[in-house]
Amino acid sequence: MSKNENTSVNTGKIYDFCSASKRRMMIIIAAIVIVAAVVGAIVRGVNVAIEFKGGTVITYDCAADVDVNKAEGVVKEIVDTSVSIRTGENIETGGKQITVSFTSEEGLTVDRQVELTEALQKAFPEADMVLSDSNDVNPTTGKEFFLKCIVAVLFAAVLIIIYIAIRFKKIGGWSAGLCSVFALLHDLLVAMTASILFGFEFNSNMVAVILTILGYSINNTIVIYDRIRENRQLMPKASLNEIINAGCSQSLTRSIRTSITTIGTMLIVTIVVFISGYKSLLSFSVPLMFGLISGTYSSLFVAPGTWAWWMEKRSAKKKASGKK
Amino acid sequence: MKKIKKSTFFIVVALILLFSVSSVLGLDYQYGDNVTTLINGVDDIRLGIDIQGGVDVTFAPSGDFDADEEQLAAATEVIKTRLTSLGINDNEVYSDEDSDRIIVRFPWQAGETDFDPEAAVKELGETAELTFRYGADYEEDPENEGEYLPTGDIILSGADVSQASAGSQQNDKGEYEYVVRLILNESGKAAFGDATTELAGSTTPISIWMDNTMLSAPTVNDAITSGEAIISGSFKTYDDAKKLADQINSGALPFKMETSSFKTISPTMGEGSLDAILLAGLIAFACIAVYMIVLYRLPGVVAVIALIGQITGSVAVVSGWFGFMNSSTLTIPGIAGIILSLGIGVDANIITGERIKEELKAGKSLDAAIKIAYKRAFTAIFDGNLTNVIVAVVLMGAFGVPSSPFSKLLNSTIFCMFGATAEGVVYSFGFTLLAGVIFNFIMGVFAARLMVTSLSKFECFKNRKLYGGDVK
Repeated sequence: MSKNENTSVNTGKIYDFCSASKRRMMIIIAAIVIVAAVVGAIVRGVNVAIEFKGGTVITYDCAADVDVNKAEGVVKEIVDTSVSIRTGENIETGGKQITVSFTSEEGLTVDRQVELTEALQKAFPEADMVLSDSNDVNPTTGKEFFLKCIVAVLFAAVLIIIYIAIRFKKIGGWSAGLCSVFALLHDLLVAMTASILFGFEFNSNMVAVILTILGYSINNTIVIYDRIRENRQLMPKASLNEIINAGCSQSLTRSIRTSITTIGTMLIVTIVVFISGYKSLLSFSVPLMFGLISGTYSSLFVAPGTWAWWMEKRSAKKKASGKK
Repeated sequence: MKKIKKSTFFIVVALILLFSVSSVLGLDYQYGDNVTTLINGVDDIRLGIDIQGGVDVTFAPSGDFDADEEQLAAATEVIKTRLTSLGINDNEVYSDEDSDRIIVRFPWQAGETDFDPEAAVKELGETAELTFRYGADYEEDPENEGEYLPTGDIILSGADVSQASAGSQQNDKGEYEYVVRLILNESGKAAFGDATTELAGSTTPISIWMDNTMLSAPTVNDAITSGEAIISGSFKTYDDAKKLADQINSGALPFKMETSSFKTISPTMGEGSLDAILLAGLIAFACIAVYMIVLYRLPGVVAVIALIGQITGSVAVVSGWFGFMNSSTLTIPGIAGIILSLGIGVDANIITGERIKEELKAGKSLDAAIKIAYKRAFTAIFDGNLTNVIVAVVLMGAFGVPSSPFSKLLNSTIFCMFGATAEGVVYSFGFTLLAGVIFNFIMGVFAARLMVTSLSKFECFKNRKLYGGDVK
């Protein structure tokens, strides 16, 4: 990293965050993530959970306990989508039951249902399974939920841009606000890509991940902007790139240290969950971890970088129109 | 800020400690066989179906009713809204168009005493159609002995009500009684105005029914054209009145439903996943505590105390520690909200700790360094936290109970093309995030500052090294 000698601010080294070479790096990273997402989606496919896609819910009465993991394997072989099995008890009779849910395109034909029941009966002869109930269900939260989520997130983004525009007026608020949202989209993309590449199902955990990144990414970017805003006053003569570099450099220790705690927490969760075998939580902790890593990087490079770029273009335009 | 004394530190720590202990243990006393809970503790938290498991109920239309697609969708929405009004944020509601069944899953654990799933299920399946009728006539239900059906012509129904709320008023005898106030929409206002004008002064009453139960049958003294109506006389407690208001606000089911099966189901995450989450949380917190203390020394210790206060705050809002709030359900997205607010809380402490170091390195005195550091760090913390408040409030408004004023505003403007659906999962994220951010301000900013400033008054804590500065 090149050291910049021109600045008058006292604390520590100033690194380069927004030169042309850093911009190139930014574009290359973004391109790699997009390609990975597309390739991953094509090769691995995107699994959408039953609550968002709809599917089939079948309940069996059982005479003995059933190994859930083994049963999942049996069902998965037949239906070939993501399967979730839960054990339970009939409240009226007190008898044991298992509930099998899986996503399906057009419901389950009678033949497949018979096939499934026979396979389960064969795998667990001692459980003496009897079909109790079978329903092809609509998604609990369908397309409208997603649309509403998108509108809600967009609305929040607009409010955030307005807020940044007002609070950071001194350093050209609107453009800074838009760039912070751009950095946020970058982080969301990274988290989704991680989820696709690891083959996680898109379920309500993913909704939690997206919302968490939304808050974390914006907070990260704002802390950097705050430092840039402060530097604008402390270094009135410096160029925009200089104050951005100074701001990012001064925030670097804080960025790294905060990231160590947040990413470390998710790493601990991932390890504990992995060891203890509750793997369904991995679809929460792993994409979130990648989103947090991206959040740290994007708040230092993507948001300030795109913003410096924007301001450069704008002042170049102004100059050009001024000459005419 | 007023002059901070040495004793301030101990007062703040004692308050945080008291808050933590009481919200973990809760406070209840036993009188005979009755246990009265004064403060809800951790045990009172309802865990989400993903963590704890719950019950799975299948509803089918009663009788031979054949619901069309639209009615089934409407029924699903009503049931979701009712669940959220009951404080059951975490629910899964599936519908099957072929058999007209609705499958509802919500968290419950065997042995839970303060929540009766059977009563809740019964309430969910009720049509809850509010009607205002001419006269108070009824006939015996030919199908169900001992039940009655209203026969008067309908003046108003639940669809004519724009908002219902519980309240109290003084009755003729001067006693206070609980009532439900209704604000009618335009069609309701006109119909109610016409009916009361016609019946004013006559002996024919207007009877008010919830399904097949008559709530009251007042006679009309004067014509009511203001578009407001009051239901009185049948509520023993405020909760009774509130329950009816919630039912009216959630809307009526287009058809009556009966439970066709009712069973318990194990958690999605697997039994014992909560222990894994708690273990991970404990390890993570221990690591963060060591890390903060090693990096920032004295301010690090203060940060850890403040973080304990913040975690307590998040737990307290979920468990209903504060008297004015009900306990709500803790789900994975809810935990995500807590984690995010804690991450931002740690960040606030790191920003401040770094600033103290910087100012000390710049050669400021200890007092001045602490003062300036908190002041300068505050703008960043303030802006970062406030944007998260924006996120939390938008999510709560968009996905909360549709009858709350803010949800109404959002649903009638930005989200006007969508139905007013309640999505508990997203709502609970917004809820814990908002609470976490508020406690971040109280603990991470205000209390931490009090503690650090107060500690710096002690002779033994005047060493600059304790704050990460160089020895002068």
